[in-house]
Amino acid sequence: MKKEGKIIIQLKGVSKHYHMGDTVVKAVDGVDISIDEGDFVAIMGPSGSGKSTSMNLVGSLDIPSKGKVFLGDEDISELSESDLAQIRGKKIGFIFQSFNLIPNLTAKENIMLPMMFQGIDIFEREKVAEDLLTKVELGKRMDHYPNQLSGGERQRVAIARALSNDPEVILADEPTGNLDTKTGEKVMEFLENLNKEGKTIIMVTHEPELAEAHANRVYWLRDGKIEKITHKKNGFRIEKQERQLIKKHERKKKSKRGK
Amino acid sequence: MIRDYFALSVKNLKHRGIRSWLTLLGIFIGIAAVVSLITLGNGLQAAVGAQFGIGSTEVISVQAGGLNAFGPPGSGVVDPLTIDDVEAIEKLSSVNRALRRNIPSGRLEFNDRAVFGMAVSIPLGDDKKFTYEILESETEVGRLLKDSDKNRVVLGYNFYVDGVGLGKAIKVGDKVSIQGEALVMRDFEVIGITKKTGSFIFDNVVQMNEDVLEDLMGYGDDVDVIAVHVKDKDLMDKTKEDIEKLMRKRRGVKEGEEDFQVSTPQAMMDTVNTVLGGVQAFIVLIASISIIVGGIGIVNTMTTSVLERKKEIGIMKAIGATNKDIFMHFFVESGLMGLVGGAVGIIIGLLVGWGGTAGINSFIGGDIGMSINFSFIVSVLFGSFLIGSVAGIAPAMQAAKQNPVEALRG
Repeated sequence: MKKEGKIIIQLKGVSKHYHMGDTVVKAVDGVDISIDEGDFVAIMGPSGSGKSTSMNLVGSLDIPSKGKVFLGDEDISELSESDLAQIRGKKIGFIFQSFNLIPNLTAKENIMLPMMFQGIDIFEREKVAEDLLTKVELGKRMDHYPNQLSGGERQRVAIARALSNDPEVILADEPTGNLDTKTGEKVMEFLENLNKEGKTIIMVTHEPELAEAHANRVYWLRDGKIEKITHKKNGFRIEKQERQLIKKHERKKKSKRGK
Repeated sequence: MIRDYFALSVKNLKHRGIRSWLTLLGIFIGIAAVVSLITLGNGLQAAVGAQFGIGSTEVISVQAGGLNAFGPPGSGVVDPLTIDDVEAIEKLSSVNRALRRNIPSGRLEFNDRAVFGMAVSIPLGDDKKFTYEILESETEVGRLLKDSDKNRVVLGYNFYVDGVGLGKAIKVGDKVSIQGEALVMRDFEVIGITKKTGSFIFDNVVQMNEDVLEDLMGYGDDVDVIAVHVKDKDLMDKTKEDIEKLMRKRRGVKEGEEDFQVSTPQAMMDTVNTVLGGVQAFIVLIASISIIVGGIGIVNTMTTSVLERKKEIGIMKAIGATNKDIFMHFFVESGLMGLVGGAVGIIIGLLVGWGGTAGINSFIGGDIGMSINFSFIVSVLFGSFLIGSVAGIAPAMQAAKQNPVEALRG
C-alpha cells in the first residue's frame, strides 16, 4: 500500500570511499536513492556492486564520505554517533541475512532489546515482545534460545525484533539468503504483509527474481553506481527517464575514453 | 536502565565458559586470604597469646637475664633472682603480692619411657589459692594440689592424652618417676590433670608444691620468675617502673644495662601483636598482589570477550544501542565478574576462618568467635565489584567505540 508523496529516506549524490593502503575504493559513487513512505523497494546488485554499503548508508549505520543522507527531514551526516544510534533504533528495523540474534538471549529477550535501548520500561517491553512473537507465529517459542530455533524461526524472531520499536522502515539485507525456498517464501510473505500494513520495506538482494517478485521499485547497482531503476507498474521495464540517464552516462564514459 | 544492564550482564555471565572464571582465580585467592585473615584475627591473637601463657592482665613477671622474655625462664643466668628479691618487691607500695616461681626442667619416667619437661612450683597457703585463681587452673580429672600433698603431682592436659611421648595416657592414681638432684629418681602419685589451656607450657607441665619441688631439685633460694600482682591494674606501667628501679638498686646496675627483665602482659601482648602484625602485613601484601593479578585477569578476559562479541556489539548498535549503552553493558559485566570473584572469595575465606577458629578453639580449649561483621562483607563485595569495573573500563571503551558497520561484519 503505497502512500504517495512523502519521502522517508533520501540519498543525494552519496559516495562512500574506503582507503585500502594507497588505493581508494569507491564502494558507492554518486548515488541518488529516494524512498517513499509505504513503498517496497529493492536494492539489487551482484556482490561488489556496493549494495551492502548502500544499505549501511540507507540504514544510517554509516555516514557518507560525500553527499547527504536524509532520514525524514533530518540530515544524518550531521548527527553524532549516539544520536544516530537512537534514531536508527527508533525509525529503522533491521533484518539480516544471518539473522544476527544475540545468542545468549531468548527469542523474547532479543525482541525486548531494541526497546531497552529506547528506554521503554520492562513491562511494556515484555508485552510488546509477546504480541510480536505471536504475530510471527512463534507464541509458543518465546523462551527458546536462538540455537533452539530453525533458520526460518530465527528470521521470524528477527522480523519481530525489527518491528519492536514500531519503526517506519524495515531494512532487510538478503532476508532469505540463508533459508531454503519454502521458508524464504514465508519470510517474504511476512514482509509483504508488513508492507500492506503501511511499513516501508527496503530489501537488499542479489537475486533479480526475488526483487521483482516482491518490490514495487528496484534500484539496480553495479560498480558503486546505479545502473537502472525499474518499476513494477511498468513491468520492470527500464523507464524512459532512466534510459536517458543511462545513455548520458555511457556517452560520458565514451567521451572519457576518447580523451 | 542500570537494572537492565545488570540483567543483561547476568545473562551473559551465565553463558561464560570456565575459561573466564579461571581468570578470576587471583580474586578468589586474594579476597579469601583477606577475609580469612580478618575472620581469624581475634582467634590468632588469642592462640598465640595462649601459647606464651599470657593469661592474666594483672600480673607482671620479673626474671633475670636479657631480652629473651619467652625463653626457658631463668635458664643459664649467672646471677639468678632470689627469695630476697621476692620479699623486697612485695614491700613496694604499688604491689599487692609477689610470688616466687620456679620452673626447673627434668626427666619424667612412666610406662618404661622417659620424657624431658618442665615442672612448676605451686606456692603454699594463701598464695596457692591466689596462684590457682590467676592461672585459672581447673582439673579435667582429679583435684588440684593441697599444701599437704608431699609425693603428689598434678599434670598438664597433654599427659592425659599421651601428647608428651610416653606411649600411654596417664590416669589419676598412676605413679610417675621424676629425676631430681644428683640423678635421684623419686616416685610421685598423680592426683589430677589440668584442663586444656592451649599453651605448650601449661599443657606439658608438672605441678608440684613449692617445698616438694625445692627439695627434689635442690635449687635453694634461687627464683626463676617473680610473678607480681599489682594493686591497681591501671598503674601497671608505674608499678613496672617501681620494680625496675628497685631491682637496679638491688643488683647494682645502671639504667639501660639491666640484667633482668620486667614484663607487663601488655608488653608481651604487644610483642605478640608485632609478630602477628608482620605476618598479617605479609599476607595482605600477597593478597593484594593476588587481587591485582585477578584484576588483570579480568581486563584480559573482558578484552577477549569484546573481540569475540564484536558482531554482537555491531548488532546492538544496529538496533539502537548508543556508545554509552555498549560501554555500560561491558562495564557492568566486568564489575559483576569482580563481584562473583569477591563472593566466591568471601565464601572460601569464611570457610577457612570458620575452620581455623574451630581449630584454634579445640587447640586452646577456648570459645573464641569469628571476628567478622556484615558491613565488612558488604564492603568487600563492593570493593570486588569496583575492582572488576575498573578492570572493565578499558575493554568497555574499546567495545563502545567499535564502528557498527565493521563490527557487524564480525
